[in-house]
Amino acid sequence: MIRQKTASHSLELTKRRWAYTFLVVPILFYVVIRFYPTFYAFFLSTTDWDIVSKNKDFIGLENYRNLFSDALFWKTLGNTGKYVAYGLPVSLFLGFVIAYNIDRIRLGEGFFKAVYFIPYITSMVAVAWVWRWLYQPAPIGVFNKILMELELPQQKFLFSQTQAIFSILATTIWADIGFQMIIFLAGIKGISTQYYEAAEIDGAGNWDQLRYVTLPLLKPTIVFLIVTGTIRYLRIFTQVLNMSYQGEGGPLNSTKPLVLYIYDTAFRSFDMGYASAMTVVLFLIILTITLIQLRVMKSEE
Amino acid sequence: MKNNRTAIHYVRPLVLTLFGMAMLFPFIWMFATSFKQGADVFNLSLMPKHPTVLNYAKLLRNSNFPWWFANSMIVGLAVTFSVLFFDSLVGFTLSKYRFPGKRLIFLLILSTMMIPTEMLVIPWYIMSNELGWVDTYWGVMFPGLMSGFGTFLMRQFFCQVPDDLLDAGRIDGLNEFYIWSRIAMPLVLPALSALVIFSFIGNWNAFMWPLIVSNKVTMYTLPVGLSFFNGEFQSQWEMVMTGASVATIPVFIMFIIFQKQIIQGIALTGVKG
Repeated sequence: MIRQKTASHSLELTKRRWAYTFLVVPILFYVVIRFYPTFYAFFLSTTDWDIVSKNKDFIGLENYRNLFSDALFWKTLGNTGKYVAYGLPVSLFLGFVIAYNIDRIRLGEGFFKAVYFIPYITSMVAVAWVWRWLYQPAPIGVFNKILMELELPQQKFLFSQTQAIFSILATTIWADIGFQMIIFLAGIKGISTQYYEAAEIDGAGNWDQLRYVTLPLLKPTIVFLIVTGTIRYLRIFTQVLNMSYQGEGGPLNSTKPLVLYIYDTAFRSFDMGYASAMTVVLFLIILTITLIQLRVMKSEE
Repeated sequence: MKNNRTAIHYVRPLVLTLFGMAMLFPFIWMFATSFKQGADVFNLSLMPKHPTVLNYAKLLRNSNFPWWFANSMIVGLAVTFSVLFFDSLVGFTLSKYRFPGKRLIFLLILSTMMIPTEMLVIPWYIMSNELGWVDTYWGVMFPGLMSGFGTFLMRQFFCQVPDDLLDAGRIDGLNEFYIWSRIAMPLVLPALSALVIFSFIGNWNAFMWPLIVSNKVTMYTLPVGLSFFNGEFQSQWEMVMTGASVATIPVFIMFIIFQKQIIQGIALTGVKG
Protein backbone atom coordinates (compact mmCIF):
# COMPACT_ATOMS: atom_id res chain seq x y z
CA MET A 1 0.00 0.00 0.00
CA ILE A 2 2.71 2.43 1.02
CA ARG A 3 4.89 1.33 -1.88
CA GLN A 4 2.04 1.96 -4.27
CA LYS A 5 1.56 5.44 -2.87
CA THR A 6 5.19 6.40 -3.27
CA ALA A 7 5.17 4.90 -6.75
CA SER A 8 2.24 7.06 -7.82
CA HIS A 9 3.83 10.04 -6.08
CA SER A 10 7.05 9.62 -8.02
CA LEU A 11 5.03 9.23 -11.23
CA GLU A 12 3.37 12.56 -10.45
CA LEU A 13 6.78 14.14 -9.96
CA THR A 14 8.07 12.73 -13.24
CA LYS A 15 5.03 14.08 -15.05
CA ARG A 16 5.52 17.46 -13.43
CA ARG A 17 9.15 17.52 -14.56
CA TRP A 18 8.04 16.74 -18.12
CA ALA A 19 5.46 19.49 -17.99
CA TYR A 20 8.05 22.10 -17.02
CA THR A 21 10.44 20.76 -19.66
CA PHE A 22 7.76 21.19 -22.33
CA LEU A 23 7.17 24.76 -21.22
CA VAL A 24 10.75 26.07 -21.01
CA VAL A 25 11.11 27.25 -24.63
CA PRO A 26 7.52 28.55 -24.96
CA ILE A 27 7.76 30.56 -21.73
CA LEU A 28 11.02 32.04 -22.95
CA PHE A 29 9.33 32.91 -26.24
CA TYR A 30 6.32 34.61 -24.67
CA VAL A 31 8.50 36.59 -22.26
CA VAL A 32 11.02 37.78 -24.87
CA ILE A 33 8.76 38.18 -27.95
CA ARG A 34 5.46 39.25 -26.36
CA PHE A 35 5.74 40.66 -22.83
CA TYR A 36 9.11 42.37 -22.98
CA PRO A 37 8.20 44.22 -26.23
CA THR A 38 4.88 45.30 -24.69
CA PHE A 39 6.64 46.90 -21.73
CA TYR A 40 9.30 48.26 -24.04
CA ALA A 41 6.62 50.01 -26.11
CA PHE A 42 5.30 51.68 -22.94
CA PHE A 43 8.85 52.70 -22.06
CA LEU A 44 9.60 54.06 -25.56
CA SER A 45 6.42 56.14 -25.42
CA THR A 46 8.07 58.19 -22.66
CA THR A 47 11.18 58.95 -24.73
CA ASP A 48 11.97 61.04 -27.79
CA TRP A 49 14.08 58.33 -29.42
CA ASP A 50 14.60 58.56 -33.19
CA ILE A 51 16.59 55.31 -33.71
CA VAL A 52 19.70 57.22 -34.89
CA SER A 53 20.76 58.86 -31.62
CA LYS A 54 22.48 56.77 -28.98
CA ASN A 55 20.51 57.75 -25.90
CA LYS A 56 16.82 57.52 -25.35
CA ASP A 57 15.93 60.69 -23.45
CA PHE A 58 13.13 60.40 -20.92
CA ILE A 59 10.54 63.08 -21.59
CA GLY A 60 7.70 61.80 -19.41
CA LEU A 61 4.24 62.26 -20.85
CA GLU A 62 5.25 64.85 -23.42
CA ASN A 63 4.49 62.53 -26.37
CA TYR A 64 0.97 62.10 -25.06
CA ARG A 65 0.60 65.83 -24.53
CA ASN A 66 1.76 66.41 -28.11
CA LEU A 67 -0.79 63.90 -29.35
CA PHE A 68 -3.57 66.08 -27.94
CA SER A 69 -2.54 69.03 -30.07
CA ASP A 70 -1.62 66.98 -33.16
CA ALA A 71 -4.30 67.69 -35.76
CA LEU A 72 -3.20 64.73 -37.88
CA PHE A 73 -3.60 62.37 -34.93
CA TRP A 74 -7.21 63.48 -34.46
CA LYS A 75 -7.80 63.37 -38.20
CA THR A 76 -6.56 59.77 -38.46
CA LEU A 77 -8.45 58.78 -35.32
CA GLY A 78 -11.57 60.26 -36.93
CA ASN A 79 -10.92 58.35 -40.15
CA THR A 80 -10.50 55.13 -38.17
CA GLY A 81 -13.83 55.92 -36.50
CA LYS A 82 -15.38 56.29 -39.96
CA TYR A 83 -14.05 52.90 -41.04
CA VAL A 84 -15.61 51.30 -37.96
CA ALA A 85 -18.88 53.26 -38.06
CA TYR A 86 -19.61 52.74 -41.77
CA GLY A 87 -17.82 49.48 -42.49
CA LEU A 88 -18.88 47.28 -39.61
CA PRO A 89 -22.68 47.78 -39.71
CA VAL A 90 -22.81 47.31 -43.49
CA SER A 91 -20.71 44.15 -43.47
CA LEU A 92 -22.69 42.79 -40.50
CA PHE A 93 -25.98 43.48 -42.25
CA LEU A 94 -24.93 41.97 -45.57
CA GLY A 95 -23.28 39.01 -43.83
CA PHE A 96 -26.50 38.30 -41.98
CA VAL A 97 -28.77 38.66 -45.00
CA ILE A 98 -26.60 36.30 -47.03
CA ALA A 99 -26.30 33.74 -44.21
CA TYR A 100 -30.07 33.85 -43.61
CA ASN A 101 -30.79 33.19 -47.27
CA ILE A 102 -28.12 30.54 -47.73
CA ASP A 103 -29.66 28.70 -44.79
CA ARG A 104 -33.01 28.69 -46.56
CA ILE A 105 -32.13 27.39 -49.99
CA ARG A 106 -32.39 23.70 -50.83
CA LEU A 107 -29.50 23.37 -53.23
CA GLY A 108 -25.99 24.77 -53.53
CA GLU A 109 -25.34 25.76 -49.92
CA GLY A 110 -21.69 24.71 -50.11
CA PHE A 111 -21.21 26.51 -53.42
CA PHE A 112 -22.62 29.82 -52.20
CA LYS A 113 -20.65 29.60 -48.95
CA ALA A 114 -17.47 29.22 -50.99
CA VAL A 115 -18.32 32.14 -53.30
CA TYR A 116 -18.98 34.59 -50.48
CA PHE A 117 -16.16 33.38 -48.28
CA ILE A 118 -13.25 33.35 -50.70
CA PRO A 119 -12.50 37.11 -50.63
CA TYR A 120 -11.93 36.87 -46.88
CA ILE A 121 -9.03 34.44 -47.12
CA THR A 122 -7.40 36.08 -50.13
CA SER A 123 -4.32 38.26 -49.71
CA MET A 124 -5.46 41.81 -48.85
CA VAL A 125 -2.53 43.25 -50.82
CA ALA A 126 -3.58 41.37 -53.95
CA VAL A 127 -7.25 42.35 -53.74
CA ALA A 128 -6.38 45.96 -52.84
CA TRP A 129 -4.42 46.26 -56.10
CA VAL A 130 -7.19 44.60 -58.10
CA TRP A 131 -9.72 47.09 -56.72
CA ARG A 132 -7.31 49.99 -57.18
CA TRP A 133 -7.17 49.06 -60.83
CA LEU A 134 -10.98 48.73 -61.10
CA TYR A 135 -11.29 52.26 -59.65
CA GLN A 136 -8.87 53.92 -62.12
CA PRO A 137 -10.10 56.63 -64.52
CA ALA A 138 -11.04 55.54 -68.05
CA PRO A 139 -9.60 54.04 -70.20
CA ILE A 140 -7.87 51.93 -67.53
CA GLY A 141 -10.45 51.44 -64.80
CA VAL A 142 -13.24 48.97 -65.44
CA PHE A 143 -15.85 50.79 -63.33
CA ASN A 144 -15.41 54.05 -65.20
CA LYS A 145 -15.46 52.26 -68.55
CA ILE A 146 -18.76 50.65 -67.57
CA LEU A 147 -20.10 54.07 -66.53
CA MET A 148 -18.98 55.39 -69.90
CA GLU A 149 -20.81 52.63 -71.77
CA LEU A 150 -23.94 53.44 -69.77
CA GLU A 151 -23.39 57.14 -70.55
CA LEU A 152 -23.19 58.00 -66.87
CA PRO A 153 -20.79 60.63 -65.46
CA GLN A 154 -17.22 59.52 -64.70
CA GLN A 155 -16.23 59.17 -61.03
CA LYS A 156 -12.90 60.02 -59.41
CA PHE A 157 -13.13 57.27 -56.77
CA LEU A 158 -9.66 56.99 -55.13
CA PHE A 159 -8.62 60.43 -56.39
CA SER A 160 -11.48 62.25 -54.69
CA GLN A 161 -11.25 63.55 -51.15
CA THR A 162 -14.85 62.62 -50.49
CA GLN A 163 -15.13 59.33 -52.41
CA ALA A 164 -11.77 57.73 -51.60
CA ILE A 165 -12.60 56.55 -48.09
CA PHE A 166 -15.85 55.00 -49.29
CA SER A 167 -14.09 53.34 -52.20
CA ILE A 168 -11.63 51.72 -49.77
CA LEU A 169 -14.54 50.85 -47.48
CA ALA A 170 -16.31 49.04 -50.33
CA THR A 171 -13.24 46.85 -50.82
CA THR A 172 -12.96 46.23 -47.09
CA ILE A 173 -16.61 45.28 -46.72
CA TRP A 174 -16.39 43.05 -49.79
CA ALA A 175 -13.48 41.17 -48.18
CA ASP A 176 -15.15 41.04 -44.77
CA ILE A 177 -18.66 39.79 -45.60
CA GLY A 178 -17.53 36.15 -45.80
CA PHE A 179 -16.35 36.05 -42.21
CA GLN A 180 -19.57 37.55 -40.84
CA MET A 181 -21.59 35.19 -43.05
CA ILE A 182 -19.85 32.01 -41.83
CA ILE A 183 -20.23 32.94 -38.16
CA PHE A 184 -23.87 33.98 -38.62
CA LEU A 185 -24.58 30.75 -40.48
CA ALA A 186 -23.09 28.68 -37.64
CA GLY A 187 -25.25 30.65 -35.19
CA ILE A 188 -28.42 30.20 -37.27
CA LYS A 189 -27.79 26.46 -37.62
CA GLY A 190 -27.38 26.24 -33.84
CA ILE A 191 -30.96 27.39 -33.21
CA SER A 192 -33.20 24.41 -32.46
CA THR A 193 -36.05 23.91 -34.95
CA GLN A 194 -38.40 23.54 -31.98
CA TYR A 195 -38.43 27.31 -31.53
CA TYR A 196 -39.57 27.78 -35.12
CA GLU A 197 -42.18 25.04 -34.83
CA ALA A 198 -43.57 26.66 -31.70
CA ALA A 199 -43.60 30.05 -33.43
CA GLU A 200 -45.39 28.57 -36.44
CA ILE A 201 -48.08 27.07 -34.20
CA ASP A 202 -48.57 30.54 -32.77
CA GLY A 203 -49.15 31.73 -36.30
CA ALA A 204 -45.90 33.65 -36.73
CA GLY A 205 -44.90 34.25 -40.36
CA ASN A 206 -41.37 34.36 -41.75
CA TRP A 207 -40.88 37.96 -40.75
CA ASP A 208 -42.10 37.45 -37.18
CA GLN A 209 -39.95 34.34 -36.79
CA LEU A 210 -36.92 36.32 -37.90
CA ARG A 211 -37.74 39.13 -35.50
CA TYR A 212 -38.82 37.19 -32.42
CA VAL A 213 -36.87 33.92 -32.74
CA THR A 214 -33.78 34.17 -34.94
CA LEU A 215 -32.43 37.59 -34.01
CA PRO A 216 -32.90 37.36 -30.21
CA LEU A 217 -31.31 33.92 -30.13
CA LEU A 218 -28.38 35.19 -32.19
CA LYS A 219 -27.50 37.82 -29.61
CA PRO A 220 -24.26 36.13 -28.42
CA THR A 221 -23.16 35.75 -32.06
CA ILE A 222 -23.92 39.39 -32.74
CA VAL A 223 -22.00 40.55 -29.65
CA PHE A 224 -19.01 38.45 -30.70
CA LEU A 225 -19.08 39.80 -34.26
CA ILE A 226 -19.43 43.42 -33.16
CA VAL A 227 -16.44 43.16 -30.82
CA THR A 228 -14.10 41.26 -33.15
CA GLY A 229 -15.26 43.41 -36.05
CA THR A 230 -14.65 46.67 -34.21
CA ILE A 231 -11.10 45.55 -33.43
CA ARG A 232 -10.54 44.45 -37.04
CA TYR A 233 -11.76 47.77 -38.47
CA LEU A 234 -9.79 49.76 -35.86
CA ARG A 235 -6.62 48.11 -37.15
CA ILE A 236 -7.25 48.87 -40.84
CA PHE A 237 -3.92 49.40 -42.60
CA THR A 238 -3.00 47.13 -45.50
CA GLN A 239 -5.76 48.16 -47.92
CA VAL A 240 -5.20 51.88 -47.34
CA LEU A 241 -1.43 51.63 -47.81
CA ASN A 242 -1.94 49.72 -51.04
CA MET A 243 -4.84 51.71 -52.47
CA SER A 244 -3.68 55.28 -51.90
CA TYR A 245 -1.06 57.12 -53.94
CA GLN A 246 2.41 56.20 -52.59
CA GLY A 247 0.74 54.61 -49.61
CA GLU A 248 0.13 57.99 -48.01
CA GLY A 249 -3.50 57.59 -47.05
CA GLY A 250 -4.48 60.44 -49.33
CA PRO A 251 -5.77 62.42 -51.06
CA LEU A 252 -4.80 64.91 -48.33
CA ASN A 253 -4.94 62.29 -45.55
CA SER A 254 -8.64 61.79 -46.17
CA THR A 255 -8.29 57.99 -45.97
CA LYS A 256 -5.38 57.71 -43.52
CA PRO A 257 -6.25 55.51 -40.52
CA LEU A 258 -4.46 55.61 -37.16
CA VAL A 259 -2.36 52.52 -37.86
CA LEU A 260 -1.01 54.01 -41.09
CA TYR A 261 -0.07 57.17 -39.19
CA ILE A 262 1.72 54.99 -36.63
CA TYR A 263 3.55 53.19 -39.43
CA ASP A 264 4.56 56.49 -41.06
CA THR A 265 5.78 57.94 -37.80
CA ALA A 266 7.80 54.87 -36.86
CA PHE A 267 9.13 53.61 -40.17
CA ARG A 268 9.15 56.62 -42.49
CA SER A 269 10.08 59.36 -39.97
CA PHE A 270 11.68 57.02 -37.39
CA ASP A 271 10.11 58.91 -34.49
CA MET A 272 9.89 55.75 -32.37
CA GLY A 273 8.86 57.45 -29.13
CA TYR A 274 5.92 59.33 -30.62
CA ALA A 275 4.77 56.28 -32.61
CA SER A 276 4.92 54.14 -29.47
CA ALA A 277 2.70 56.60 -27.64
CA MET A 278 0.13 56.16 -30.40
CA THR A 279 0.33 52.37 -30.19
CA VAL A 280 -0.33 52.66 -26.45
CA VAL A 281 -3.49 54.65 -27.24
CA LEU A 282 -4.57 51.96 -29.72
CA PHE A 283 -3.83 49.27 -27.15
CA LEU A 284 -5.98 51.03 -24.53
CA ILE A 285 -8.89 51.38 -26.97
CA ILE A 286 -8.74 47.67 -27.85
CA LEU A 287 -8.38 46.72 -24.19
CA THR A 288 -11.49 48.74 -23.28
CA ILE A 289 -13.53 47.05 -26.01
CA THR A 290 -12.36 43.60 -24.92
CA LEU A 291 -13.25 44.32 -21.29
CA ILE A 292 -16.70 45.56 -22.31
CA GLN A 293 -17.20 42.32 -24.24
CA LEU A 294 -16.26 40.21 -21.21
CA ARG A 295 -18.69 42.29 -19.12
CA VAL A 296 -21.54 41.84 -21.60
CA MET A 297 -20.92 38.10 -21.95
CA LYS A 298 -20.84 37.66 -18.21
CA SER A 299 -24.14 39.48 -17.73
CA GLU A 300 -25.64 37.23 -20.44
CA GLU A 301 -24.84 34.20 -18.33
CA MET B 1 -49.82 32.27 -50.14
CA LYS B 2 -48.74 29.12 -51.93
CA ASN B 3 -47.64 31.03 -55.00
CA ASN B 4 -45.73 33.36 -52.78
CA ARG B 5 -43.85 30.42 -51.24
CA THR B 6 -42.90 28.90 -54.57
CA ALA B 7 -41.81 32.25 -55.86
CA ILE B 8 -39.35 32.71 -53.02
CA HIS B 9 -37.78 29.33 -53.77
CA TYR B 10 -36.66 30.78 -57.08
CA VAL B 11 -35.95 34.28 -55.86
CA ARG B 12 -33.47 33.30 -53.16
CA PRO B 13 -31.05 31.34 -55.40
CA LEU B 14 -31.40 33.97 -58.10
CA VAL B 15 -30.51 36.84 -55.77
CA LEU B 16 -27.70 34.84 -54.18
CA THR B 17 -26.32 34.06 -57.64
CA LEU B 18 -26.47 37.67 -58.85
CA PHE B 19 -24.86 39.01 -55.70
CA GLY B 20 -22.35 36.15 -55.76
CA MET B 21 -21.32 37.11 -59.27
CA ALA B 22 -20.68 40.62 -58.01
CA MET B 23 -18.49 39.11 -55.29
CA LEU B 24 -16.47 37.14 -57.83
CA PHE B 25 -16.29 40.02 -60.33
CA PRO B 26 -12.88 41.38 -59.15
CA PHE B 27 -11.32 37.90 -59.27
CA ILE B 28 -12.73 37.18 -62.71
CA TRP B 29 -11.35 40.46 -64.07
CA MET B 30 -8.03 39.84 -62.40
CA PHE B 31 -7.59 36.40 -63.99
CA ALA B 32 -8.91 37.52 -67.38
CA THR B 33 -6.56 40.49 -67.52
CA SER B 34 -3.55 38.36 -66.60
CA PHE B 35 -3.97 36.69 -70.01
CA LYS B 36 -4.25 39.96 -71.93
CA GLN B 37 -1.63 42.14 -73.56
CA GLY B 38 -1.43 45.45 -75.41
CA ALA B 39 -4.70 47.07 -76.46
CA ASP B 40 -6.59 44.05 -75.14
CA VAL B 41 -5.96 45.26 -71.58
CA PHE B 42 -8.08 48.35 -72.19
CA ASN B 43 -10.87 46.39 -73.81
CA LEU B 44 -14.07 46.09 -71.84
CA SER B 45 -14.62 42.48 -72.89
CA LEU B 46 -13.86 39.79 -70.39
CA MET B 47 -12.46 37.29 -72.87
CA PRO B 48 -8.99 38.21 -74.14
CA LYS B 49 -8.98 38.56 -77.95
CA HIS B 50 -5.50 37.11 -78.12
CA PRO B 51 -5.05 35.02 -74.95
CA THR B 52 -1.41 34.85 -73.95
CA VAL B 53 0.71 33.54 -71.09
CA LEU B 54 3.46 36.05 -71.88
CA ASN B 55 2.69 38.00 -68.69
CA TYR B 56 3.40 34.92 -66.63
CA ALA B 57 6.63 34.29 -68.54
CA LYS B 58 7.67 37.90 -67.95
CA LEU B 59 6.88 37.52 -64.28
CA LEU B 60 9.14 34.49 -64.08
CA ARG B 61 12.06 35.92 -66.03
CA ASN B 62 12.06 39.70 -65.61
CA SER B 63 11.03 40.16 -62.01
CA ASN B 64 11.89 39.05 -58.51
CA PHE B 65 8.63 37.21 -58.32
CA PRO B 66 10.18 33.72 -58.10
CA TRP B 67 12.15 34.94 -55.07
CA TRP B 68 9.06 36.31 -53.38
CA PHE B 69 7.10 33.18 -54.05
CA ALA B 70 9.88 31.01 -52.62
CA ASN B 71 10.31 33.32 -49.60
CA SER B 72 6.59 33.19 -48.83
CA MET B 73 6.63 29.40 -49.11
CA ILE B 74 9.68 29.03 -46.86
CA VAL B 75 8.33 31.43 -44.24
CA GLY B 76 4.80 30.03 -44.39
CA LEU B 77 5.89 26.42 -44.05
CA ALA B 78 8.50 27.01 -41.33
CA VAL B 79 6.19 29.13 -39.18
CA THR B 80 3.34 26.68 -39.65
CA PHE B 81 5.57 23.80 -38.58
CA SER B 82 6.67 25.69 -35.48
CA VAL B 83 3.11 26.68 -34.57
CA LEU B 84 1.95 23.10 -35.06
CA PHE B 85 4.69 21.77 -32.80
CA PHE B 86 4.71 24.32 -29.99
CA ASP B 87 1.05 25.29 -29.80
CA SER B 88 -0.04 21.67 -29.58
CA LEU B 89 2.71 20.83 -27.07
CA VAL B 90 1.82 23.77 -24.83
CA GLY B 91 -1.91 23.13 -25.26
CA PHE B 92 -1.37 19.52 -24.27
CA THR B 93 0.75 20.43 -21.24
CA LEU B 94 -1.81 22.96 -20.03
CA SER B 95 -4.67 20.50 -20.31
CA LYS B 96 -3.17 17.19 -19.18
CA TYR B 97 -0.71 17.92 -16.35
CA ARG B 98 -1.09 19.24 -12.84
CA PHE B 99 1.69 21.53 -11.63
CA PRO B 100 2.12 24.75 -9.66
CA GLY B 101 1.76 27.87 -11.82
CA LYS B 102 -0.35 26.19 -14.50
CA ARG B 103 -3.29 28.61 -14.27
CA LEU B 104 -1.05 31.64 -14.28
CA ILE B 105 0.88 30.46 -17.33
CA PHE B 106 -2.37 29.74 -19.17
CA LEU B 107 -3.79 33.17 -18.37
CA LEU B 108 -0.58 34.92 -19.41
CA ILE B 109 -0.46 33.11 -22.75
CA LEU B 110 -4.15 33.86 -23.27
CA SER B 111 -3.61 37.54 -22.49
CA THR B 112 -1.09 37.87 -25.34
CA MET B 113 -4.05 37.68 -27.74
CA MET B 114 -5.10 41.14 -26.54
CA ILE B 115 -1.81 42.82 -27.43
CA PRO B 116 -2.14 44.42 -30.87
CA THR B 117 0.68 43.59 -33.29
CA GLU B 118 0.98 47.30 -34.08
CA MET B 119 2.30 47.84 -30.57
CA LEU B 120 4.91 45.09 -30.87
CA VAL B 121 6.36 45.84 -34.31
CA ILE B 122 8.39 48.83 -33.10
CA PRO B 123 10.22 46.87 -30.35
CA TRP B 124 10.56 43.88 -32.70
CA TYR B 125 12.16 46.12 -35.31
CA ILE B 126 14.60 47.62 -32.80
CA MET B 127 15.44 44.11 -31.61
CA SER B 128 15.97 42.88 -35.19
CA ASN B 129 18.12 45.89 -35.97
CA GLU B 130 20.40 45.33 -33.01
CA LEU B 131 20.68 41.57 -33.47
CA GLY B 132 21.16 41.66 -37.25
CA TRP B 133 17.85 39.96 -38.04
CA VAL B 134 16.77 42.52 -40.66
CA ASP B 135 16.65 40.93 -44.13
CA THR B 136 16.79 37.36 -42.82
CA TYR B 137 14.18 34.59 -42.84
CA TRP B 138 14.48 34.36 -39.08
CA GLY B 139 13.61 38.06 -38.85
CA VAL B 140 10.38 37.58 -40.80
CA MET B 141 9.48 34.43 -38.89
CA PHE B 142 10.34 34.91 -35.23
CA PRO B 143 7.25 36.88 -34.10
CA GLY B 144 4.90 34.16 -35.31
CA LEU B 145 6.63 31.02 -34.09
CA MET B 146 3.97 30.46 -31.41
CA SER B 147 0.50 31.88 -30.92
CA GLY B 148 -1.78 32.36 -27.96
CA PHE B 149 -4.75 31.58 -30.17
CA GLY B 150 -3.35 28.25 -31.39
CA THR B 151 -2.41 27.24 -27.86
CA PHE B 152 -5.90 28.03 -26.64
CA LEU B 153 -7.47 26.09 -29.52
CA MET B 154 -5.30 23.01 -28.93
CA ARG B 155 -5.89 23.08 -25.17
CA GLN B 156 -9.65 22.98 -25.73
CA PHE B 157 -9.28 19.91 -27.93
CA PHE B 158 -6.82 18.05 -25.71
CA CYS B 159 -9.20 18.54 -22.77
CA GLN B 160 -11.62 16.20 -24.60
CA VAL B 161 -9.04 13.40 -24.89
CA PRO B 162 -9.71 10.80 -22.15
CA ASP B 163 -6.90 10.36 -19.61
CA ASP B 164 -7.31 6.55 -19.71
CA LEU B 165 -5.81 6.40 -23.18
CA LEU B 166 -2.73 8.30 -22.03
CA ASP B 167 -2.39 6.16 -18.88
CA ALA B 168 -2.48 3.03 -21.03
CA GLY B 169 0.60 4.33 -22.78
CA ARG B 170 2.28 5.09 -19.46
CA ILE B 171 1.71 1.50 -18.31
CA ASP B 172 3.44 0.37 -21.51
CA GLY B 173 6.42 2.43 -20.37
CA LEU B 174 6.22 5.25 -22.95
CA ASN B 175 7.70 8.57 -21.88
CA GLU B 176 5.58 11.73 -21.87
CA PHE B 177 6.96 13.02 -25.16
CA TYR B 178 5.81 9.84 -26.88
CA ILE B 179 2.46 9.99 -25.11
CA TRP B 180 1.93 13.46 -26.55
CA SER B 181 3.26 12.79 -30.05
CA ARG B 182 2.07 9.20 -30.63
CA ILE B 183 -1.13 8.89 -28.61
CA ALA B 184 -2.62 12.35 -28.03
CA MET B 185 -1.75 14.07 -31.34
CA PRO B 186 -3.52 11.57 -33.65
CA LEU B 187 -6.67 12.02 -31.56
CA VAL B 188 -6.93 15.74 -32.36
CA LEU B 189 -6.22 15.60 -36.09
CA PRO B 190 -9.20 17.81 -37.11
CA ALA B 191 -7.99 20.59 -34.82
CA LEU B 192 -4.43 20.18 -36.07
CA SER B 193 -5.50 20.46 -39.69
CA ALA B 194 -7.47 23.63 -38.89
CA LEU B 195 -4.42 25.06 -37.13
CA VAL B 196 -2.12 24.22 -40.06
CA ILE B 197 -4.45 25.77 -42.64
CA PHE B 198 -5.06 29.00 -40.71
CA SER B 199 -1.42 29.37 -39.85
CA PHE B 200 -0.27 28.91 -43.42
CA ILE B 201 -2.88 31.20 -44.96
CA GLY B 202 -2.31 33.82 -42.26
CA ASN B 203 1.42 33.85 -42.90
CA TRP B 204 1.04 33.71 -46.67
CA ASN B 205 -1.07 36.87 -46.54
CA ALA B 206 0.84 38.64 -43.72
CA PHE B 207 1.90 42.14 -44.73
CA MET B 208 2.86 44.63 -42.03
CA TRP B 209 5.73 42.87 -40.28
CA PRO B 210 7.38 41.41 -43.43
CA LEU B 211 7.17 44.92 -44.93
CA ILE B 212 8.97 46.40 -41.93
CA VAL B 213 11.70 43.82 -41.53
CA SER B 214 12.72 43.36 -45.18
CA ASN B 215 14.66 46.02 -47.08
CA LYS B 216 16.38 43.86 -49.69
CA VAL B 217 14.13 43.20 -52.70
CA THR B 218 15.13 39.54 -52.78
CA MET B 219 14.00 39.10 -49.15
CA TYR B 220 10.44 40.35 -49.74
CA THR B 221 7.53 38.00 -49.25
CA LEU B 222 4.83 37.91 -51.95
CA PRO B 223 2.51 40.55 -50.46
CA VAL B 224 5.41 42.94 -49.85
CA GLY B 225 6.75 42.44 -53.37
CA LEU B 226 3.30 42.92 -54.81
CA SER B 227 2.83 46.19 -52.97
CA PHE B 228 5.89 47.66 -54.76
CA PHE B 229 5.13 45.93 -58.02
CA ASN B 230 3.25 48.69 -59.77
CA GLY B 231 6.20 51.04 -59.49
CA GLU B 232 8.61 48.43 -60.75
CA PHE B 233 6.53 47.72 -63.85
CA GLN B 234 5.59 51.37 -64.47
CA SER B 235 1.86 50.91 -64.15
CA GLN B 236 1.53 47.93 -66.46
CA TRP B 237 -1.71 46.83 -64.90
CA GLU B 238 -1.78 43.48 -66.68
CA MET B 239 1.48 42.65 -64.86
CA VAL B 240 0.00 43.70 -61.53
CA MET B 241 -3.01 41.47 -62.20
CA THR B 242 -0.72 38.59 -63.11
CA GLY B 243 1.16 39.04 -59.85
CA ALA B 244 -2.07 39.26 -57.88
CA SER B 245 -3.29 36.08 -59.59
CA VAL B 246 -0.16 34.17 -58.60
CA ALA B 247 -0.51 35.43 -55.01
CA THR B 248 -4.10 34.23 -54.76
CA ILE B 249 -3.81 30.87 -56.57
CA PRO B 250 -2.20 28.87 -53.69
CA VAL B 251 -4.92 30.04 -51.31
CA PHE B 252 -7.62 29.18 -53.87
CA ILE B 253 -6.18 25.68 -54.25
CA MET B 254 -5.95 25.21 -50.48
CA PHE B 255 -9.50 26.43 -50.14
CA ILE B 256 -10.84 24.03 -52.75
CA ILE B 257 -9.09 21.08 -51.09
CA PHE B 258 -9.80 21.98 -47.46
CA GLN B 259 -13.04 23.91 -47.85
CA LYS B 260 -14.86 21.87 -45.22
CA GLN B 261 -12.11 22.12 -42.61
CA ILE B 262 -11.62 25.84 -43.22
CA ILE B 263 -15.29 26.74 -42.90
CA GLN B 264 -15.79 24.45 -39.90
CA GLY B 265 -12.64 25.80 -38.28
CA ILE B 266 -13.74 29.43 -38.74
CA ALA B 267 -17.20 28.67 -37.39
CA LEU B 268 -15.69 26.77 -34.47
CA THR B 269 -13.15 29.33 -33.40
CA GLY B 270 -14.37 32.51 -34.97
CA VAL B 271 -10.83 33.65 -35.64
CA LYS B 272 -8.64 33.72 -38.71
CA GLY B 273 -5.26 32.86 -37.29
